[in-house]
Amino acid sequence: MSSSRKASTPESDMLSERSLAFAPLSARRLLLLGGIGLILIGMIFGDIFAVFILHQNAARVGASLSNAAHAALAGDGASVVKNFQEVGSFLENRGTKVDTHVHMIAFGYLALMLALVAPWMALSPNTKKWLAWLFLCGAGLLPLCVFLIHYVGLAHSPLKAIGWASIFADLGGLFVIVAVAGYLTGLVRHFLSGERAAVPDDLLADSSVPGRLLLAGGVFLVFLGFLHGSYYAAVDLYRHEALDFSILTRISDGASSQNAAAVESGLAAYGELQGDKAVKIAAHAHIIEFGLLSMLLAFFQPYVNLREIWKRRWAIVLLVGSVLLPVCVLLELKFGLVAGGLADLGGLLVIVALLAMWIGVLRYTGRLDGGGAM
Amino acid sequence: MSDARRLLLAGGIVLAVWGMGYGLWYAVFAEHQALEAIGSSLAAGFRGAAGRNPVLAGRALQQYQQAKYVYDRHVDVHGHWIGLAMVLIVLGIGLDRLAFSERIKTLLSIGAVLGSVLFPLGVLLQTLNHGNGPRALAVFGSALVVLALAVLALGFARKPSNSKESRHK
Repeated sequence: MSSSRKASTPESDMLSERSLAFAPLSARRLLLLGGIGLILIGMIFGDIFAVFILHQNAARVGASLSNAAHAALAGDGASVVKNFQEVGSFLENRGTKVDTHVHMIAFGYLALMLALVAPWMALSPNTKKWLAWLFLCGAGLLPLCVFLIHYVGLAHSPLKAIGWASIFADLGGLFVIVAVAGYLTGLVRHFLSGERAAVPDDLLADSSVPGRLLLAGGVFLVFLGFLHGSYYAAVDLYRHEALDFSILTRISDGASSQNAAAVESGLAAYGELQGDKAVKIAAHAHIIEFGLLSMLLAFFQPYVNLREIWKRRWAIVLLVGSVLLPVCVLLELKFGLVAGGLADLGGLLVIVALLAMWIGVLRYTGRLDGGGAM
Repeated sequence: MSDARRLLLAGGIVLAVWGMGYGLWYAVFAEHQALEAIGSSLAAGFRGAAGRNPVLAGRALQQYQQAKYVYDRHVDVHGHWIGLAMVLIVLGIGLDRLAFSERIKTLLSIGAVLGSVLFPLGVLLQTLNHGNGPRALAVFGSALVVLALAVLALGFARKPSNSKESRHK
């Protein structure tokens, strides 16, 4: 046997191993492509929501609260109640949009995690595949139906308090629970099995530069997020809670004593407080979520069929976007639209990098299925 | 499987199931009541002001403050337990890439798991006791998590001695 053939044997073993683990319509392939797809759609929806709905909705909530305060100032108790009902309706509209965005991305993360641990599940390939389909159906159905709750309401519903959209959202949640429970059973069976063999999975052994960049960068982002969260808890959390109460008391006292100036200044301060809270919490949550995404993507770099230099570039673009968005969100209160625009650019960078990696995985599946060289 | 990896994976899965179970219990038995208490007490505060009754308004706003304090912590605890569990699981999966000795890996895993349990627990205990004990527990837990993450980030950035470059060029 020639030396080149000797050298290529372990490589061809590894490729056939990868080919088995990543076969067409296998659980890992479905969960990886479906998971990144869910995250992409969730992020694009989040960007659209942030630009076209979030601020307008926040303005409506603020206006209704202001109307309630002015109604209290005028001594009109009935109008106070009406305005608070409107606040509830606006918050429900906002809540369903946020839930759609958050659930789609969270299910995407879960799909990537399940794709990673798929080889450790003591289940037949067919069972894993069907559980993957069930998971993806539920992961798509739940956020879609949560989005529709505000628009469908109780129309044609057989129940008094729950509409069709909520019923189908719950069905989606049930699909996800059943699929995850099935996968967990497979994992438990594997780890409880007395004669379990080591699971060969070269995805975990790979330590390419883009993989290391994403893994170390991801852990660093989560670290930064926790550091910021600790700072927020130490410096801002209790101050914000005390301010929330004192400002509302100022508005209420102003209305009781018919002091319009106190009500107006209280409303302005309350708006500022809500803005300050929102940007700090959003920055904390986003940097940690991007960190986790980066860590998960690190493991799948061997499946990204792009040139090495481009894999590194997309890893860097993802990390830059992951820092830019939360930092600029934090700066939004000081620098307004400029910081907001840069934050949107950060989100766009993450989306583009993620899309590039997804295309790389698609190219890999095409080559694998076509039997081409990797 | 190494002890460190087993600890991170098992700790992460148990914490995720615990966090989800806690969230399910809270959503079914307590959240609706908490939201109702927040909304109704705030509205009552403004109604009291409309009725020129500052005492009633003040009492209602105090109820709002207490209900919101408890609600915010319950939601934070649920979110942080599950979020930290996901981080633990992913760290466990990638532990072989960490360029440290087994002993350091085990110490880091213990710190990360302990911190992930204690930090939200301290926050949860604040709903029962407003003293310094629960706050100190939360600070200690979060310090453990932050420290473990800082060292882990360094370890993942270092090139392992047995590393192989990716073949997909």
